[in-house]
Amino acid sequence: MSKPIVATTSLAGCFGCHMSILDIDERILDLIELVEFNKSPIDDIKEFTKMCDIGLIEGGCCNSENIHVLKDFRKNCKILVSLGECAIMGGLPALRNGIPIKECLEEAYLNGPSVRENKKRIIPNDDELPMLLDKVYPCHEIVKIDYYLPGCPPSAELIWNALVALVTGDEMKLPYEVVKFD
Amino acid sequence: MSTLIKFKIDGVECMAETGAYVVEAAVENGIFIPTLCNIKGVKPRGSCRVCTVLVNGRPMSACTTPVASGMEVENNIAELNDIRKAIIEALFVEGNHFCPSCEKSGNCELQALAYRFQMMVPRFPFDFPVRDIDASNPKIIKDHNRCILCKRCIRAIKTEDGKSVFAFKKRGRQLEINVDPDLGELFTDELAAKAAEICPVGAILLREKGYEIPIGQRKFDKEPIGSDIEKK
Ligand code: SF4
Ligand code: SF4
Repeated sequence: MSKPIVATTSLAGCFGCHMSILDIDERILDLIELVEFNKSPIDDIKEFTKMCDIGLIEGGCCNSENIHVLKDFRKNCKILVSLGECAIMGGLPALRNGIPIKECLEEAYLNGPSVRENKKRIIPNDDELPMLLDKVYPCHEIVKIDYYLPGCPPSAELIWNALVALVTGDEMKLPYEVVKFD
Repeated sequence: MSTLIKFKIDGVECMAETGAYVVEAAVENGIFIPTLCNIKGVKPRGSCRVCTVLVNGRPMSACTTPVASGMEVENNIAELNDIRKAIIEALFVEGNHFCPSCEKSGNCELQALAYRFQMMVPRFPFDFPVRDIDASNPKIIKDHNRCILCKRCIRAIKTEDGKSVFAFKKRGRQLEINVDPDLGELFTDELAAKAAEICPVGAILLREKGYEIPIGQRKFDKEPIGSDIEKK
């Protein structure tokens, strides 16, 4: 039987959840035995080359590109997992949800204390750049999500238990210490 | 003189003194009924409904219902735990709860209940309300984003002459708990610390304090809320 195929991506996240995947340490060798990776920053495959079984989504949706990638994952993965607080509820990027976009951009590019060399006072607006959304959205408010793994980042233990359960079809182990929101 | 009476929780024979509330009586018998707005030693308010139990088949808040002889209480059943979980989830989406950056994380009772009920994601859509942080008081910071309007602060934090330091402001969805600007000026360090302690969430914070206890050693890092009661 061929191995289950896993894809991963980081949307509006900090890559902390991906770091936590790597935090399974030497079990990464077992993981390679258990699954095959497709589109993912881990192997740098940029486009889906086949249908995948499991898609792990880090980060929520803050711009049009995030939406595009998330929908692409939904199309190409049988099971989608929201990995971490940002995917589940927007996380720290969603702290901007109460602030109008204009104010955010002006703070970032014109008025913020770290702005130095923007003499022409330009706010980047190239067509190539993804559009910012009005607010940061949790992934399940954009596409259907099948499972949720909380944490900032989710502990390596939680990710490992979940992957093993998904791959083997056994019930997932959820000891108290592994499900945390921070 | 108080007398002991017999009643049952989930079929288990319990004893309690007449007049005791179901929540307290349960604790005496080593049974945990989840609560959020309730505080030991202060008149119960029954506002959060997390402690809802079935008393002889009818839903009642366990913090405001006194035990009676022969009473049959249902507590740890799937139907109730799902309602309780739904209340917790509603509280998460109606405010702004960014646990990863919250000073109260690990010591927060709302979060601890979410852990106990294994909330992976709230079933309701996130509201992301626009709310302020009031940092005008010299001793405390009041973060309206995390306030669950449980009124613990109003009920428990009083001046020496019995006045409430915290009070409601505005109405409906705009309702806020505020510090009385004059009484708040008189906050002693002890009273400010008590207010931060009494708040179940990170809505009352002490100034210049935060993240004092390392991750792993906080109140609810290792064991679910209520385990101390169940171990008795
Ligand atoms: S108050 Fe509690 S639930 Fe809200 S953000 Fe802080 S730790 Fe999380
Ligand atoms: S400030 Fe804290 S104690 Fe007061 S009502 Fe809000 S959540 Fe409850």
